[in-house]
Amino acid sequence: MVTLTIDGKIAQVPKGTTIMEAAKSVNIQIPHLCYLKEINEIAACRVCCVEVEGERAMVTACNNHVKEGMVVHTNSPRARTTRRTNVQLILSQHDCKCATCVRSGNCQLQNISNDLGILELPFETQLPQGLRSAWTKTFPLYRDFNKCIKCMRCIQICDKIQTLSIWDLAGTGSRTTIDVSGNRVIKDSDCALCGQCITHCPVGGLRERDDTAKARMALADQEKITVVQVAPAVRTAWGEYFGLDREEATMERMAAALRRLGFDYIYDTNFSADLTIMEEGNELLHRLKSGALVRWPMFTSCCPGWVRFLKSQYPELTSQLSTAKSPQQMFGALSKTWLAEKLNVASEKICCVSIMPCVAKKAEAELPTMGGEYGSDVDIVLTARELVRMMRADHLDPHFIEEEPLDDPMGIHTGAGVIFGATGGVMEAALRTVSYVLTGENPDPDAFDAVRTEPGLREVTYTVAGIPVRCAVVSGLGNARKLIEQLKEGKVHYDFVEVMACPGGCVGGGGQPISVEDEELYGVRGERLYELDQKNPLRFSHENPVVQALYQEYLGEPLGEKAHHLLHTDHKAWDMPTQKEQ
Amino acid sequence: MSRLSIETPGRVQTVLDGLHRDMERRISASAYGLCPVDMSLNYLRLCHAQTCGKCVPCRIGLGQLADLIELVLDRRASLETINIIERTAKVIADSADCAIGYEAAHMVLRGIRGFREDYEEHVLHGRCISALNHPVPCVSACPAHVDVPGYIALVRDGRYEDAVKLIRKDNPFPSSCAYVCEHPCESQCRRRMVDDAINICGLKRFAVDHAQPMAAPPMSEPTGKTVGIIGGGPGGLTAAYYLSLMGHKVTVYEQRPKLGGMLRYGIPDYRLPQDVLDKDIDHILTTGINVLTNVSIGKDVSMEDIQKSFDAVYISIGAHNDKKLGLEGEDAINVVSAVELLRGIGEGNVPDFKGKKICIIGGGNVSMDATRTAKRLGAESVTCVYRRRVDDMTALAEEIEEAMAEGCQILPLQAPARIEKDAEGKVAALWTKPQIIGPYGKDGRPKPISADVPEFRIECDYVIVAIGQAIDARPFESIGIKTFHGTIQAEETSSVSEVANVFAGGDAVSGPATVIRAVAAGKVAAANIDTYLGFDHKISCDVEIPASHLSNTPPCGRVNLKSHCTPDCQGNFDLVVEGMSLKEAQQESSRCLRCDHFGFSSFKGGRNTEW
Repeated sequence: MVTLTIDGKIAQVPKGTTIMEAAKSVNIQIPHLCYLKEINEIAACRVCCVEVEGERAMVTACNNHVKEGMVVHTNSPRARTTRRTNVQLILSQHDCKCATCVRSGNCQLQNISNDLGILELPFETQLPQGLRSAWTKTFPLYRDFNKCIKCMRCIQICDKIQTLSIWDLAGTGSRTTIDVSGNRVIKDSDCALCGQCITHCPVGGLRERDDTAKARMALADQEKITVVQVAPAVRTAWGEYFGLDREEATMERMAAALRRLGFDYIYDTNFSADLTIMEEGNELLHRLKSGALVRWPMFTSCCPGWVRFLKSQYPELTSQLSTAKSPQQMFGALSKTWLAEKLNVASEKICCVSIMPCVAKKAEAELPTMGGEYGSDVDIVLTARELVRMMRADHLDPHFIEEEPLDDPMGIHTGAGVIFGATGGVMEAALRTVSYVLTGENPDPDAFDAVRTEPGLREVTYTVAGIPVRCAVVSGLGNARKLIEQLKEGKVHYDFVEVMACPGGCVGGGGQPISVEDEELYGVRGERLYELDQKNPLRFSHENPVVQALYQEYLGEPLGEKAHHLLHTDHKAWDMPTQKEQ
Repeated sequence: MSRLSIETPGRVQTVLDGLHRDMERRISASAYGLCPVDMSLNYLRLCHAQTCGKCVPCRIGLGQLADLIELVLDRRASLETINIIERTAKVIADSADCAIGYEAAHMVLRGIRGFREDYEEHVLHGRCISALNHPVPCVSACPAHVDVPGYIALVRDGRYEDAVKLIRKDNPFPSSCAYVCEHPCESQCRRRMVDDAINICGLKRFAVDHAQPMAAPPMSEPTGKTVGIIGGGPGGLTAAYYLSLMGHKVTVYEQRPKLGGMLRYGIPDYRLPQDVLDKDIDHILTTGINVLTNVSIGKDVSMEDIQKSFDAVYISIGAHNDKKLGLEGEDAINVVSAVELLRGIGEGNVPDFKGKKICIIGGGNVSMDATRTAKRLGAESVTCVYRRRVDDMTALAEEIEEAMAEGCQILPLQAPARIEKDAEGKVAALWTKPQIIGPYGKDGRPKPISADVPEFRIECDYVIVAIGQAIDARPFESIGIKTFHGTIQAEETSSVSEVANVFAGGDAVSGPATVIRAVAAGKVAAANIDTYLGFDHKISCDVEIPASHLSNTPPCGRVNLKSHCTPDCQGNFDLVVEGMSLKEAQQESSRCLRCDHFGFSSFKGGRNTEW
């Protein structure tokens, strides 16, 4: 242990602790911007500079370790001036029009600047002009050169966690900025659209393409019947902005809010998650029995970030993806067909909107393969953050909105559908149903809980009706890459692999609300989903009564002709930009 | 009222002169990978600040050029802008009244012509082609990428064994390099921006001189693969060491009685004592390398046999052949090549130069070695003849100074003309044509031209030729390996495209170079041979690097090593350069700016812990 003094307080911390973390241990929060624990400790913003007695220069707290007897001042006149001046310098190259910024109120730079009481800048504003600040308006990921503060977090997240290295420094000297690596433009890159760079951006430098105006237009269109579906993970996080407890921020309260926004039918993507299990689970059994999984496993396909990753990094493995569409797309396809028939309206009158914890879902919905004679499966994809913005615009305070039931028929779901939003959830839900199909009996619903939580690799072999099913679950694309490399080297063999692009699964998704305190929230959000699963009297997808009815009255059998037409897709029928080059 | 007064520079000028010197050091310590367009712009702005303001092209033109380049960098230019820059710069170069203007314009023109594609990339895509590829200047400048800040920190902490262990991760010749490395690592040392480069080589010497012998790192499981290495010099033994650690069975073929190559047979003992070299070689051999000395490829064993009997072969022969002057009288008795002389001494054939007059021809490091060796062999006079100026000599400046301090004469601007023989056919004198220095050649160096004065006669008994070395690659052509100007043609990965299992590197491929380049080539070969054999062994080091100090020391002079050069060094091959004292080593190591912690490296690519 090392003993040191910070602002007169004695701190005792293990050797190798940074000054930043040591200060935190005695409840001193040293202001910082670029620092992201264990991911970006690079001392770039110089806001965390402190004065250490006996040192000639100011010392950054984020990347320097404590020493025995060290005396640290975080509020000496020199420390105050350093902090203030460096924040002012950052502000001089930041577009400070907070009123029109998506991150206003949720911005680390705004917080620090306000905390420091900076009312004016002694420096001239320097912002890149013209083409130097140009970015595509159509790609689902939007970057604002004028708001970026070059903290490098996006580079590090993409390098270290997702291993796609989409971002890099560009330019030198005073023009140094962040841009797509390898002198590419984002549309030509192999960006998976996981959105982790967005959720780790301390300011408004990165965000999703805003589709709320498009949604408003659909809502305002009297001719359109707006059908909204909400992904499982959104219900764990949407209340965060409003300060609503996770237990209070229920799907039913969100349903009421969505109704206030003007949506005609409020449904749940959990419903189509149950449906996905029927298709994907049966597909797994089919592939397993036909001996198609000897060399390579079947991969889940519900995460579009993962599908984009696999197609750009390992295109040769594309056919190992389950052909089942994701729950979002299955829902969309049924909303335009089955539901349209039930409502007795033409498909084109239906506008299917989805609320997703995800940025890649925007790209998935736009794929040429995701639709049919009825049009696109899904018309508009909004992130959880966009939903919150729409609610705020309509001055809806969920504290004062009573819960309301979802609409029939696609509002019904099981616990198996709800856990899709957490890493391991798809695997667990599938195993519950596969076990039933093979044995004719429901297993203990918690029999497969070893695949839950934590982003790292989980490997379990379950023997179901005498058949060993070798399962592996990972989340985060870096973890996925490791797993695939192991598979390629023949060091591991699996039958069924679930991959989610975002660490922790969709609950940690790139479209979820952002913590201004840099908290990683996938853990608590995931727990909430497992609570909802526990509380649900239905824990098996095949027991979803509406799914059962759907097969009886409309689809026929899982993997049957109609199901194949509406609920499955050809992942090879489109290319990632980097595939086209090859 | 006095008519004249003595002018002394004022305080402003004194400070400004200091800033000029600081800037000069700073520019020469520039990192690799800076944007050439951005640098050009800023040099141009500096040039413009120097303008006196009288003539139009300089006063206005340089500013307009700068603004145009700024447009390029701001992505507000078109390809036509580049043409305007070029046209304008040409006019300024042609019509500015003095060098302040026209030289500035020439710099811009050189850039437009030298890196036009960088200009175009900025115009078309707003991006730089260049990128900072390695953030620690000394590590990137070292061909073997030795972890310099790491071992300097270890020396500072008194952990000499760990320092040597860390160096050996990338270079198994720490001792030899501590004595004779040309230390390219120091050229871009960021400390030059503060005061002067760290004496990295001197600190390495302190580490190796104070470290106790230690065991080699644990070896990987035997792979059953065999590698033959041709040439037991620094390159070959580096490859041998790492391949052996990786678990391959290595056999080294050496044509001479002992290992070490040029380190033993080319570098005199007063620079690199044999026992220092032996420390490195002994450590390398503890990994269980099979050594066959006195074996010459092409004579004692054919290349075909070697290629067939090993899974992989690395050719790492040195440049042991000499180059000829092509002068009349070169066939005279007592005309010897420097490599021959030094090799003879290495083998124990020490000639007696007592009372003799010796002329050495050439201006490189080998020439200095021959010059100073001749002095030690008892020569009455030693004259090093060089056709350019002393400033143009390629030998290290300290080598030249030390040679002069030992009483050797350097005779510059004399081009050898012919060698005069006596009646017995022995050397009687060297005739030279006096030169003056002339215009710059294509290589960027000023060329000597005839002084148009009569030839000069230097009476002497021996002429030692040190104008370069050559490779004998003929024995390898038999298996289809291609050679070009006498060197083996190999890829940058060391592989030889004609023969799958053969690799080559070092002097054999590049022509005569330095120890550290040979070591680097051996390291590259070891990694790629391992891959070729189907493995992915990693070489790493478990030494924990001390945490950086929190702030840096104030400006402080660089510790240079002391040389004991005296004119009465006849018969004395003792080490000339003395290592640092403990106090000096501690002070010098404390000057290190720890670029492995401060600056770009904590963001990207700071420390390679394995390769």
